[in-house]
Amino acid sequence: MTVPAAGDLAPLVARAEDLAFDLELRSVRAWRSAHPGAPAIGYLPVWAPRELVHAAGGIPVGILGGGDRIEIIKGDACFQSYVCHLPRSVIELGLSGRLDVLDGLLFPSICDVIRNLSGMWRLLFPGKLVRYLDLPQNFDPAVGGVFLRGEFERLQDDLVELGGRRPSDDDLRRSIAAFDENRALLEALHDLRRREPWRVPTSELYVVARAGCVLPVEEHSALLRDYLARVGAAARAPLDNARVVVVGAFCEQPPLDLLRTLERAGCYVVGDDFLLGARFLRGAIDARGDPLDALVEAYLHQSVAHASVFCAEREKGEELVRDVRGSGAEGVLFAAPSFCDPALLDQPMLQAALDRARVPHTSFKYSENTGQFQGIREQAGTFADAIKLWSEA
Amino acid sequence: MNDARGASRDAIPKEPSMARQKEMLGAHYHRLAHATELGLRSAYTFVPGNLTELLLSFDVLPVLPEINALQSAMRGKSADFIALAEKLGQSEDVCTYVKCDYGMLKSGNVGPTGERLPRPDLLLLSYTGCFTFMKWFELLKQEYRAPVAMLHVPYQGDGRVTAEMRDYVVKQLRKVVIPALEKVTGRRYDEDRLKELLARSAQAEEDFVWVLRSARHRPSPIDAYFGGVYYIGPIFTAFRGTQEAVDYYRILRGEVEARLAAGAGPITPEGPLGPERYRLVVEGPPNWTSFRDFWRMFSDEGAVVVASTYTKVGGVYEDGFRHDPSRPLESLAEYCLGCYTNLDLPSRTAKIARYVQEFDADGFLVHSVKSCDSFSAGQLVILREVERRTGKAGAFLESDLVDARYFSASNVKNRLESYLQMIEQQRRGAVSCAS
Repeated sequence: MTVPAAGDLAPLVARAEDLAFDLELRSVRAWRSAHPGAPAIGYLPVWAPRELVHAAGGIPVGILGGGDRIEIIKGDACFQSYVCHLPRSVIELGLSGRLDVLDGLLFPSICDVIRNLSGMWRLLFPGKLVRYLDLPQNFDPAVGGVFLRGEFERLQDDLVELGGRRPSDDDLRRSIAAFDENRALLEALHDLRRREPWRVPTSELYVVARAGCVLPVEEHSALLRDYLARVGAAARAPLDNARVVVVGAFCEQPPLDLLRTLERAGCYVVGDDFLLGARFLRGAIDARGDPLDALVEAYLHQSVAHASVFCAEREKGEELVRDVRGSGAEGVLFAAPSFCDPALLDQPMLQAALDRARVPHTSFKYSENTGQFQGIREQAGTFADAIKLWSEA
Repeated sequence: MNDARGASRDAIPKEPSMARQKEMLGAHYHRLAHATELGLRSAYTFVPGNLTELLLSFDVLPVLPEINALQSAMRGKSADFIALAEKLGQSEDVCTYVKCDYGMLKSGNVGPTGERLPRPDLLLLSYTGCFTFMKWFELLKQEYRAPVAMLHVPYQGDGRVTAEMRDYVVKQLRKVVIPALEKVTGRRYDEDRLKELLARSAQAEEDFVWVLRSARHRPSPIDAYFGGVYYIGPIFTAFRGTQEAVDYYRILRGEVEARLAAGAGPITPEGPLGPERYRLVVEGPPNWTSFRDFWRMFSDEGAVVVASTYTKVGGVYEDGFRHDPSRPLESLAEYCLGCYTNLDLPSRTAKIARYVQEFDADGFLVHSVKSCDSFSAGQLVILREVERRTGKAGAFLESDLVDARYFSASNVKNRLESYLQMIEQQRRGAVSCAS
């Protein structure tokens, strides 16, 4: 059964859900009206330097596709059946005018589909800023770091051309601090969920976090603070659920009902990679020196292990095993979007690491517009039951 | 075996260039099989952005997993390899090159000549134009426990190569790739030797470009897609920078010059092509499981491919780039950055539209493969944009690289024939309008 939103949490969560799935980007339009001339810049998964947009006086806007809330017509005409779903709905949003409020779109390097989508955007939307963000795979500050700084500087120039300001070092430090605070609040919520998952249902945490895609960071942090205070005080009873980590959903997002399905199936999600971009950097950024260098350094040395980054030195999957141990999870659910190369190619290697660590796992695929959950519910429920049986043995 | 024209396939004489290439490949795989006895090292790497001259300057032999995969498909072995990889946990959704190579590895790693390939001494991950390469080498790293040198080649997101991009690649060559090769071989980097190799690359590239450009003539003396696959063999694989490659392209050019002088068309596996009826441009890699059948669908109709994008995945030379011994590492960086799959979609679109015009093509065809997002994602937009720019309708075929389950011969043949009929009708329409 669903975990009900406790008392006065309901209006907050309802507002967050409205924001999180507002495909018309009303909050961004309102912000634009209040800040004439300031740029609104969209970014696709997984990570983009939102701090730079903020420091230029703009608003970064997370674009995560249309999910299960839009009919895809034009988008399907642009992709073959064997390409994942996210780019279809992003194209649909673009061609239906819903993204007109944006001055530009950033396409971070994560896979060939998102990369090629940047070129499609150039062809389909001439006149809009399109920036492919080539995040380095070389983590030497003198090599990859220098290249990344150049990418950031180029983006700063773009933002100025679009009407943004050229930020002073202090401007950028303030922006970095604002996102540091936001990440710390998200981390506090995740930490609370790890410790007491019955207090923070994932379906709630998800919408509260996702609302940040369309809000100025300060407003989103206020929302998170409010939620944290209320959820900590809410009376919610623990259930005998299995604690699981969900892996593979870092780009195309699962429908909200899929998260609810997992909860109904007896799973407490105590770790996940949904909306990973908002938590991509770990800890606060030390911006006392050159703040742009600090942001570069944070990408190089404070980013999470992830499918879009080559696993050079460490053992593949060691972070996942560590996360499982650290969160007290009893198993892992691999939930990858269909045709998602990064997630699906990672999966067997991660599964091998889990097997070595004797962590149970199961896997299923979804699309952002999946509407049938019975199979997933049965699978997740059986998995949770099996974990409970094993733990009792 | 007799083909539809009544000629015995076995009786069709091979051209000297084909025989030469076969000998070269045979010798290469033999060296690989005996690398340990010969005291040679091997590096696994990829075709796009390959650093063959640099490897050869260290006497390191390249092994190209995607070539192994396509060779397996042409020998009818890919189905079993893919099935094994899927049994071992690989998803049905992902690249079949990866699965075919992985299945081959797990089946004993026997190469196309029947000899076992060596374990890699180095995994040289030239991450150029394909995200899947990265995952592929994470998998190989787990299997072989071999050292990895990662070369990140930035994508031409704005359709151009900047000084920053080139410098980034050069720095990686100096700080990552060369030290890794020095460590694996115990030898110092010899720039003079690299320059000699690069000078020979440029020689071969001149003849290679001439051969591809010959398709501008009517009739075209070459097929620049199916035949082109053979022409790119030496320069895209283990031979760029060698005298063997220089000799091969000189011989090939001589053969094409002779056909040109005789007004002859391309040579197909069934013999010389009959009258040239359709001139086409093709975007995308071929299907390898039914390669000959696929080619025959074209050649039976008198359709000749006069330009293709696939023959540019291992390097784009037609716009003037040549490896330059006076700037060895910069030149290698520019080569990597310029490979076809490292071009953004507007550049690819412009290139295809230019091919249609410059090669006086009747139309263009996209062969979209399930396995390869790098090629396939966005091809439907490319198709419409090229149609708009050239005023010619395009065709769209779908299959796969090395997974026979996705090659439906009747479907592909029907679509191709319908497309050619449409071109024919347009011609008749144009004639009747003119009269």
